[in-house]
Amino acid sequence: MTVAGEVVETETVNSGKPLVEVKGLRRVFDLSKPWLNRMIEREGRILLTAVDGVDFAIKEGETYALVGESGSGKSTIAKMAVGLLPPSAGSIMIDGTDVWGKKSQDTERRMRRKIQMIFQDPFASLNPRWRVGAIIAEPISAFGLISDPQDRAARVGELLSLVGLDPRDGQKFPHEFSGGQRQRIAIARALASEPKFIVCDEPTSALDVSVQAQVLNLLRDLQERLGLTYLFISHNLAVVRHVATRVGVLYLGRLVEEAPARDLFAAPQHPYTKMLLEAVPDIDMEGKDRQSIAGEIPNPITPPPGCHFHPRCPVRRVECDVKIPLPLPVGDATVRCHLFDPSP
Amino acid sequence: MTPALSVRNLRIEIPTRHGVLTAIDDLSFDIAAGEVLGMVGESGAGKSITGSAVIGLLEPPGRVAGGEIHLAGERIDHLPPDRMRRIRGKRIGMIFQDPLTSLNPLYRIGDQLVETIMTHQRMTTGEARDKARKLLEEVGIPAAKTRLSSYPHQFSGGMRQRVVIALALAADPELVIADEPTTALDVSVQAQIIALLKQLCAERGAAVMLITHDMGVIAETADRVCVLYAGRLAELGPVRGVVKLPQHPYTIGLMAAIPSLTGDPDKPLAQIPGSMPRLGTIPDGCAFNPRCDYRFPPCTTERPVAYAAGTSQAACLLHAPEFSRVAPAETLKAADAAGIRLPKPAGEAVR
Repeated sequence: MTVAGEVVETETVNSGKPLVEVKGLRRVFDLSKPWLNRMIEREGRILLTAVDGVDFAIKEGETYALVGESGSGKSTIAKMAVGLLPPSAGSIMIDGTDVWGKKSQDTERRMRRKIQMIFQDPFASLNPRWRVGAIIAEPISAFGLISDPQDRAARVGELLSLVGLDPRDGQKFPHEFSGGQRQRIAIARALASEPKFIVCDEPTSALDVSVQAQVLNLLRDLQERLGLTYLFISHNLAVVRHVATRVGVLYLGRLVEEAPARDLFAAPQHPYTKMLLEAVPDIDMEGKDRQSIAGEIPNPITPPPGCHFHPRCPVRRVECDVKIPLPLPVGDATVRCHLFDPSP
Repeated sequence: MTPALSVRNLRIEIPTRHGVLTAIDDLSFDIAAGEVLGMVGESGAGKSITGSAVIGLLEPPGRVAGGEIHLAGERIDHLPPDRMRRIRGKRIGMIFQDPLTSLNPLYRIGDQLVETIMTHQRMTTGEARDKARKLLEEVGIPAAKTRLSSYPHQFSGGMRQRVVIALALAADPELVIADEPTTALDVSVQAQIIALLKQLCAERGAAVMLITHDMGVIAETADRVCVLYAGRLAELGPVRGVVKLPQHPYTIGLMAAIPSLTGDPDKPLAQIPGSMPRLGTIPDGCAFNPRCDYRFPPCTTERPVAYAAGTSQAACLLHAPEFSRVAPAETLKAADAAGIRLPKPAGEAVR
């Protein structure tokens, strides 16, 4: 059985089929008050649609970046992808296994091993009472990868040097390290189970720029050496440009534009993507005229009807506030905007 | 003309159980009226603590151990607390990072504004309310009159930061200290807030000390930049010079490490090895020397002061004529290639 499974696996890789496939993903949070309060106060249910019908696919060895402002649903997607939060609808397939589908315990374990996550704040994601060596060894023992303690220690040392730390650092506690070094420890821990797919949720936004560059370069280097696939979540477009092969732009839970990174930065299609790119501060001081953008992200509990972006859109049309735009292909990109609708 | 704010040889110490830490060491800078000075540096470099020292809100046991702070020519670093309280809010306005914590959640926006105005200016409640409404209109809050009776939680993040700006400007201060005013905001809102802050301070002729870690914000807003490293000045100069032709090796590394929307995305980012030393473990000589590409022998023993460097001042021995003369030829060549304008007698290659 296993042998057959592996054969199928290599075949899928060769045919260029995506490693991660997200289809019709949707997540609704119920923010209503308890039933009795609703009855007394005569209030209805309050539902927040954090993620609304998101589709994308990540090919093996590539980096898919999700960008968006706060409340756009980036982190909700990340949590669903690693199996921390069940989706309300839709599916996430990783290497042919449905993350949320029914499966045997054995398949579940094999799938979990392939997925790891790196969190934003390295001060919160490492247990302060554990030695670094124990933190990194935990996934190894949890998945029963190496049983011999000596071999396990050797593997921990190997992982530490892989992320640019000294193997002897395993004896220390997290507080003895700086922010950038802690993020390296978090990366080493993620690599310990030999994953294929790593979800990076804002991995550098808590770090200073000089250290951010080190961590971004490390992530890229590891991808080349180990053939890793990343889902990279960030609000910083300049960072995304340096890591992503494909980018998805989220606005209030919907993927408004999805394109190869090169195309997205060279020729953004959706008005929101254009706006986001224009809002990036001009570090090159080319005297770029920054267009002031009106308004802010609306409350996600009561999003505007039709296209969520229409109240802030500079090129809005009559149908924008009534009709939800469907994803339309524009070159290699997929854009959700009525501007590209062929039927008038 | 006397600068709105003048800081001379400031030294801030924090006594701890393990000895006295020097958070700021020999820092001097001026801000002219109507000018925006950007303060940049990594976390722990001493940006915020400098701001706190200027408004006299250093958290104990931190203390100003040396140097002077002058506000429009008047020395303010040794004033008794009640005199300082009259300056704070009236002559120096503050804007903090998180607008949710700098507004009182239990009071209406209007009442908070009126209270601030009446504390510092002789006005009747009616006049103060009128001024509060005008301030809200100026910071771009729609339906200002009805919004006066809203509570902070009824505003969005960007709107709340606008209210905080209105509060800071309520008494027409000479100096505004903005500590990471846009860090908690989304990119699209960030641009609006920066433009607003810049415009309002320019109209009033107020000096601004803009504390941030975001070089992009500095490049767009500031007139001059002060780069801090481990509590010491690294470089101080006009924003264009510092961003386009940085003179201190740390600034050069910092600028190269910032991912940008231009340039080749496939090339790895330039990185500075290591990280900033913690207070108490700052190396001898230049604080940056263990991470510096252009280090030469005196860097580990001689403490650099601010030397003239191109359009700026940089605390780097390469800019000191007496030291750059003894620097190895290849170091000078590399430094020159990186755009460092070496002092005249040492580098003939410099234009």
